[in-house]
Amino acid sequence: MSPLDWWLLLAMLLFCIGAFGVLARRNTIVVIMSLELMLNAVNIALVAIAQFRAGSQGAGVLFSLFVITLAAAEVTVGLGIVIANYRAKRTVENDHFDEMKG
Amino acid sequence: MEAADSMKIAVILIVLLPLVGFITTLLFGKRMGGKAHIVPVALVTVTAALAVYAFGWVFQHQEEPFVWDAFSWIVAGRYHASWGFQVDTLTGIMLLVVGIIGMLTHYYSIGYMRGDGGYYRFFAYLNLFMFAMYMLILADNFLLLFLGWEGVGLCSYLLIGFWFDRKSASQAGKKAFLVNRVGDFGFTLGMFLVLVTTGTLQFAGVFDKAETIGAGTLLWICLLLFTGAVGKSAQFPLHVWLPDAMEGPTPVSALIHAATMVNAGVYMVARAYPLFAQSETAMLVVMVVGTFTAIFAACIAITQNDIKKVIAYSTISSLGFMFMALGAGAWVAGIFYLFVHGFFKGLLFLCSGSVIHAMGGEQDMRKMGGLRTRIPVTFWTMLIAAVALVGIFPLSGFWAKDEILGGAFAHGYYVVWLVGIVTAFLTAVFAFRMMFMTFWGESRADAEVQAHIHESPKVMTVPLVLLAIPAAAVGAVVGWPPEAGWIHRFLDPVFFAVEHEEFEWLGTGGALMAVSLAVALLGVYLAYVLYLRRRELPERLAARVPWAYEASLRKMYMDDIYEVVPVRSTIAFSRFLWTGFDVHVIDGAVNGIARLWGWFGDRLRPLQTGRVHNYAFGILAGALALVVIVGWVWGI
Amino acid sequence: MSWQDQIGFPVLSVITFLPLAGVVLILVIDLLRRPAARLGADGAVEGAVRRQTWWPTTYKVISLATTLAAFALTVWVLFVFDKSTSQLQFVEDVMWVRRFNIHYSLGIDGIAALMLLLTTLLGFIVIIGSWHYIKDREMGFFVSLLLLQTGMTGVFCATDLVLFYVFWEAMLVPMYFIIGVWGGPRKIYAAIKFVLFTLVGSLLMLVAIVAVVWYVNGQGAGLTFDIRALSDVVYPYHLQFWAFLAFFLAFAIKVPMFPLHTWLPDAHVEAPTAGSVILAGVLLKMGAYGMLRFCLPFFPDAAVDFVPLVAGLSVVAIIYGAAVSLVQKDLKKLIAYSSVSHMGFVTAGIFAAIAVADNAAGMEGAVLVMFNHGVLTGALFLMVGYLYERTHTRQIAEMSMLATPLPVFAGFFLFFTLGSLGLPGLNGFVGEFLSLLGLFEYSHALAAIGALGIILAACYLLWMYQRTMFNDRGEAGVMPAVSLRDISPREIVSLLPLVVLAVWIGVYPNTFLDFLHTPVQYILQQMGPSIESARDGAVAHLIEATKGLF
Repeated sequence: MSPLDWWLLLAMLLFCIGAFGVLARRNTIVVIMSLELMLNAVNIALVAIAQFRAGSQGAGVLFSLFVITLAAAEVTVGLGIVIANYRAKRTVENDHFDEMKG
Repeated sequence: MEAADSMKIAVILIVLLPLVGFITTLLFGKRMGGKAHIVPVALVTVTAALAVYAFGWVFQHQEEPFVWDAFSWIVAGRYHASWGFQVDTLTGIMLLVVGIIGMLTHYYSIGYMRGDGGYYRFFAYLNLFMFAMYMLILADNFLLLFLGWEGVGLCSYLLIGFWFDRKSASQAGKKAFLVNRVGDFGFTLGMFLVLVTTGTLQFAGVFDKAETIGAGTLLWICLLLFTGAVGKSAQFPLHVWLPDAMEGPTPVSALIHAATMVNAGVYMVARAYPLFAQSETAMLVVMVVGTFTAIFAACIAITQNDIKKVIAYSTISSLGFMFMALGAGAWVAGIFYLFVHGFFKGLLFLCSGSVIHAMGGEQDMRKMGGLRTRIPVTFWTMLIAAVALVGIFPLSGFWAKDEILGGAFAHGYYVVWLVGIVTAFLTAVFAFRMMFMTFWGESRADAEVQAHIHESPKVMTVPLVLLAIPAAAVGAVVGWPPEAGWIHRFLDPVFFAVEHEEFEWLGTGGALMAVSLAVALLGVYLAYVLYLRRRELPERLAARVPWAYEASLRKMYMDDIYEVVPVRSTIAFSRFLWTGFDVHVIDGAVNGIARLWGWFGDRLRPLQTGRVHNYAFGILAGALALVVIVGWVWGI
Repeated sequence: MSWQDQIGFPVLSVITFLPLAGVVLILVIDLLRRPAARLGADGAVEGAVRRQTWWPTTYKVISLATTLAAFALTVWVLFVFDKSTSQLQFVEDVMWVRRFNIHYSLGIDGIAALMLLLTTLLGFIVIIGSWHYIKDREMGFFVSLLLLQTGMTGVFCATDLVLFYVFWEAMLVPMYFIIGVWGGPRKIYAAIKFVLFTLVGSLLMLVAIVAVVWYVNGQGAGLTFDIRALSDVVYPYHLQFWAFLAFFLAFAIKVPMFPLHTWLPDAHVEAPTAGSVILAGVLLKMGAYGMLRFCLPFFPDAAVDFVPLVAGLSVVAIIYGAAVSLVQKDLKKLIAYSSVSHMGFVTAGIFAAIAVADNAAGMEGAVLVMFNHGVLTGALFLMVGYLYERTHTRQIAEMSMLATPLPVFAGFFLFFTLGSLGLPGLNGFVGEFLSLLGLFEYSHALAAIGALGIILAACYLLWMYQRTMFNDRGEAGVMPAVSLRDISPREIVSLLPLVVLAVWIGVYPNTFLDFLHTPVQYILQQMGPSIESARDGAVAHLIEATKGLF
């Protein structure tokens, strides 16, 4: 296995842990944390590829910067929503939030 | 041509003056109150003078009719119809009838309608009627004739339903219009066929091409046109509106439903003579319908108790006589009868109006009687009219009726002649039944009514007397000598193909005349016996054949049949179309499609659980599926 | 001929957008008159604004002035109009979207000229008719009416397909609001039904427009949306067939033809009076107008093949509409179904005219029926609305003997009733006579069945009249309980132009028929080869067309 593959394996593992967290956990804050894990997994993959593959001209790094910014924004909005919901229902368990049920 | 120019002015005025009268009376009549009649009556008088003038013009120019295309009416595609007028001798005869009777009826109405809430409205409608009627007879094409035709129908509707606060009146008006519409349906199709076949609707143009029309088409044209006449002239089976039309004020019955409008069908068939004369089958149909109607209506008239209903059925019967004449080929006799019938039948109606007026609105003859001395002017004029109707020498009806019967006999239609004789007999019976029940015997009215019986005012009786003169004399004047009288020579240009036969006083002609006179006298005598001498006899007779009496009294059940067959079935069918088809099938489909999508949506709703987890699973599953599909497609 | 030669300014644009200018003026003044209220929700200021009693009168006067001006200009246009040519007149042409060669182009021929007259006439009449009768959100109502008029005028004037389509759709919006906001109890259902029905049709039409333009572009002629240019192209049969169907469905829904008519009674019953008048008077005419403008000249072969079907359906519509009218209990619904019947004469006349050679009378009659129906049914709806303001019901069973308290009203009502049942001497007769005559030339039997509709028309109209105006239930309880006010001068003013037109067309229809001779001839000339070559029926071509598709 080349060094890149190790990095990608790490990214994949992180991603799967994150995905599992998003799917399995009920606590909305944990879900958001898991989401962050997934985003960071992608960041790792991007940076690693940028490092080991020629010709990316820094695009991978640039992308990961975007993703970090996006993640920050997302956490802000997401936690805001969680707090608003908590105020309304005194809980952060997300299976209590099914008002959008069809 | 100076004469023609003056005719143009006359024709325009004849048509326009009543229209002006209609509009002004409608707009300002209400404010004039009891004087609302002044304008319309004055205008109609002037119009009648002009009509007589026009008649005089035709009298001088019998060979060349006055034809004038005033201006174009409808120009579309390759068709063209115009506001065109025509005055020939046939029109001249009609002008006389319409002008004189119309004018006298207007005068009579001043007295008859006095104090009515809709006084101005009545005169407005009457003037509108005069306009439409003049239009009808002056038209030089079928379409314009149809305009007058529908116009008189409209006025008939308005005037029958004049007292619209009575259900029976509003019902009768509607019935008259609708039954006539059935006839107009045929007339319209007839016009289409004429137009498509000959390319024009102008009488002269159509008749020029009459000989080139194929026999089948011609038969259809005649039958369709005749359908219109059947409606307008109240022939079986479209006669049912005329008896109900008696709901209108009596002057209306006299003018519209006896003397003028109902003759329009006869006039139209006579006008289309060049078409009908070419088609023997059509002529046969006209004759059979006329003959049947004549005896059919007479059979009903004989048991009616309402004085106006008797005269109404008598009118239907008389109109049948006219069609019998036309169909049998005795064209001039038919128009001759139309001419004299207008006078004596109009008079009969006006007299009955005077009787009703005297009786305080009572129309049931069983509550009359003994009026002979109480209202003498009415009595004498009505007697003249009745004798003329029955056809007793030397009054008008005699000459015309005799020519019709003689014509039928001469053309070999012996059965028709026989039916005609029977009808004449029945006519004598019911006419004098009416006279005896009304004027002779003891009075059967309530004491209160008794006290108020009075002769009508001068404004009503003078028209009666004026009308009695032509009703008595005009037949002999224009019809002497039989089969070759003035009217024959006068109408020759119109019915150019009819050959004259010498009347044999001591041959068939004289014998037929004697028979018809004898039959009429016999009828009068029978009425005398039954309704004056031995008044218990009619009841015993009725008890002997109750089904016949019942059938006659119930108008041969025609109204009941109409009620069930066309009226109720149409409404039931329409209701089915609406609630059954429109609401359930079409809208059912429309709303069904909407509901189908709603159903789909409902089935899809559970997918939207509202739980983030499920959506996350969905995203993951979708992503995996995408990977698999993309991989499969690209063959990785 | 362009507007420069004829009148000196772009008159059609002015007529089309005058109502829109009125709307802008109303909105601007409305904003200006309450500067304080816009700043904050100050109750006192709001009250002061509401107390500005001059304001309702002002916006009504503005509405009336703009529509009257549009009408006056239309009359002028009709005077200047050259009836001897089939060319489009008062043409305006400005490039709109260069990329697709879409033009802002207006122009009218004789048929459009009559429809323009009808639109602007009814436009100002409904404004007079609604003067006092809108209780809620009055300004919005008048604004909607004005917007609607701009849309309708545009449809009749547009000579570019895209522009046509834009106006066609734009007109839906104000109508939707007129029904949905100012309507009766089931207004939402009716409004949605109306919009959905129309949308289904117009989307089909959009597809067909794209297909037609695509085909012409593919032939190397370049992109064009010009209606006259597109109508001169000869399309292959399978394209004709399907595009005809799409266009035809769009217009048949609008007409509406049996069995696509069920939106009409609902829309009419729920719509306010002015909405019903415009709906019956103008909107329905767009369907027939579209058939004349697109279905026939674009796809002559397909149109000729469809004649038996369309003529048959038209006759069914005549009888069906009349029969269903007969048993209606609601006055408006009765007149709505009678519209289905009357419009049957239109489609019958149009399609009969292309079935046999030299049958222009049918088509001219059909266009005249369109005009007449607008006048008469518009008037009838107007009068039913006036009646409703007095009796507060439209149920026939709840009325009786109204001729006693309302004699003048009853007179006007009778007049329009008679016109509508085709009394000779009034306008209804001339149109129906000609279109039936056209149908008669095509098929005697169909015309005979269609003529039955005239009997039925008399039945339902006179029965309706008897039940409302006369006594039809014996002696007891026939007088209306409340004393009603007879027709007011304002209402008479709104009806008089229609009375004049009804008599005018009845007595001298040539004034109007003259506009139709050349455009009808033009359409028939375009159809000429298709009429001449007697084809072997639609079924065979259906098979051929489906083969071409796959």
